[in-house]
Amino acid sequence: MSISYYAGIDIGSTCSKTVVMDGSGKILHRLLRPTGWSSVDTADAVLKELDGFGIAQDERKVVSTGYGRASVSYADKQVTEITCHARGACHIYGTDNLTVIDIGGQDTKLIVVQNGQVTDFLMNDKCSAGTGRFLEVMANTLSVRLEELCELARMGGGVSISSMCTVFAESEVIGLIGKGEKRENIAYAVVNSIVQKVASQAGRLKLDQTVCLTGGLCEFEYLRKRLGEVLRCEVIACPDGRYAGAAGAALSALRLGES
Amino acid sequence: MADYRQMWSDLGMDMENHDNLCQVLPTAVGDVFLSQENRPKAMDFWDLVISEVHGIRPAELIEEQKKGRKVFGTFCVYVPDEVIIAANGIVTGLCGGSQFWVPDGEKVLPKSTCPLVKASVGARLGRTCPFFRIADMYVGETTCDGKKKAYEILGEDVPMYIMDVPQMKREKDILKWKDEIAEFAKKVEEFTGNTITPEKLGEAIHLINEKRKALQRVYDCRKSKTLPISGRDALLMTQISFFDDPARCAQMCNRLADELEQRIKDGVSVVSAGTKRIMVTGTPLAVPNWKLHNIIETSGAAVVCEEMCTGTRYFENLVDESQTTLDGQFMALSERYMKTNCACFTPNTGRIDDLLRLAKEYQVDGVIDCSLKFCCLYDTEKYSVSRALKEAGIPVLSLETDYEDADAGQLRTRIGAFIEMLS
Repeated sequence: MSISYYAGIDIGSTCSKTVVMDGSGKILHRLLRPTGWSSVDTADAVLKELDGFGIAQDERKVVSTGYGRASVSYADKQVTEITCHARGACHIYGTDNLTVIDIGGQDTKLIVVQNGQVTDFLMNDKCSAGTGRFLEVMANTLSVRLEELCELARMGGGVSISSMCTVFAESEVIGLIGKGEKRENIAYAVVNSIVQKVASQAGRLKLDQTVCLTGGLCEFEYLRKRLGEVLRCEVIACPDGRYAGAAGAALSALRLGES
Repeated sequence: MADYRQMWSDLGMDMENHDNLCQVLPTAVGDVFLSQENRPKAMDFWDLVISEVHGIRPAELIEEQKKGRKVFGTFCVYVPDEVIIAANGIVTGLCGGSQFWVPDGEKVLPKSTCPLVKASVGARLGRTCPFFRIADMYVGETTCDGKKKAYEILGEDVPMYIMDVPQMKREKDILKWKDEIAEFAKKVEEFTGNTITPEKLGEAIHLINEKRKALQRVYDCRKSKTLPISGRDALLMTQISFFDDPARCAQMCNRLADELEQRIKDGVSVVSAGTKRIMVTGTPLAVPNWKLHNIIETSGAAVVCEEMCTGTRYFENLVDESQTTLDGQFMALSERYMKTNCACFTPNTGRIDDLLRLAKEYQVDGVIDCSLKFCCLYDTEKYSVSRALKEAGIPVLSLETDYEDADAGQLRTRIGAFIEMLS
């Protein structure tokens, strides 16, 4: 049987994303599930879902990426999330020249792509400052969902939090709550903190081309808007941005099939 | 393995804690070195030395001490071995390269000190390294603030001599370093009870030049597209050269170079054609710090050169052997040592020139510039290093790490992505 399905599996620290493409690069399926405590179990669950689509082993190529990429025992190849996010973003946004900002669960990546090739990248150290985890913890503290946090932030202002460390920032937020600070102002401070952190990282790269947001936060309109204001450039995003890593892995599988 | 327990006990070592260190080393050596395929046969010497790193050489040093010779422990490639050898002394490197020693160092040093300094102090104060027990005198130098202050603490426990390394490279600095060498020579004469004559210093200069040439010969083989030796094996050779007898070191390196040159003729490579060639640069990699090389070489690339103190900075440039007076020899030594481009100097553009030259010589595809945490000097210099390399069209990845394995996953992702970027 010939290969007709190309699957990319992105096992992130929080969520696992899967994209299945056909030979022309068209996305046939998107899957999203929490990674949970075991990336091996998650990889097995994804395999069952692939089987459920009727995609047999001998008609698929699989590339894994993300922090749990080594846990996908049935992958034909592992490719790092830097390369995958770059490839995926180019595919999704239809350009070969862009700068990718991926705010992930445990790290933030900035990737410069020129003519479809990664030419430079930065990753923060393993620390939750400036990551999705930071937002998640703060949303919990404020008893709102992530989406709500970002929308609340739009209405707030005037407050800032200075701690970069999630644990200390959380106590700072609790302190603000204790002082009776308005929730929207605290939400603003939280979103602003992550935007500033990402912007200070971006200061080390040339931002003279389209900047796009990928990863789980790309649907949060206010975050995208603030990021654009602080970076002083347009930041684009789209719902498929969340799947950029998985799409890039699927494209890598496609290359594997061609070679 | 021979039984060295009596020797360690006689050295006043913390036997119980030292056993913990001895237990982890064989696994590390097996994983990093012995698991490699198609290694040069001549690596058997270094495999033996590293498998009994706290036994073979320490036992030799103790035998020499019994004959009245003095052992000097050093921490920097700026300290001139020649002077010590001319007074019939022995030199051994002392830098600590394992997380194992860090907690003992942190008992007296701030946590925000570079792991190399913390491990070195911890190895002495925790009594878990025979070399730190054996050395009769430590020779420190003023290459970084962390070391300078750490030497004050070490000096309370062991005879300590400090050489004042200049911070700039003007003519008067080269003269100043010459004076420092001359003053050090007096101290060494006094400590050993032996006189340094021009004949003896001339012989020592020749001996160390021969060692440098031998190390260079092995590195020259790494310039070939037919790569006859892995970066890990070459690094181990360089690391051990700081501890070994210089004549035997030269002999073993030449033996290895013979085999590597033959391998190149026969087209025997340790990697497949097209494997990306990486030069690493930055802070030194002291034994048993193999983390960076191991990650790079198990991520599909090969390390072909180290622009480091545990690398080209150790052996490039020879001392002029034509001088016949001590004064002339001290000047020749100063001139050679002051060619070494360490980030403690300002400006340090010579290091950029070296990197650009080495990148060509070793046909590198990319450079990984890695500094140990809290090394302000090399960390700051990453900016100009990265800019110069990028301008020359050479991709560069800047990293910071310490001795812990906690960041291995992240390093693997960054290094993996960098190698993918080169493809």
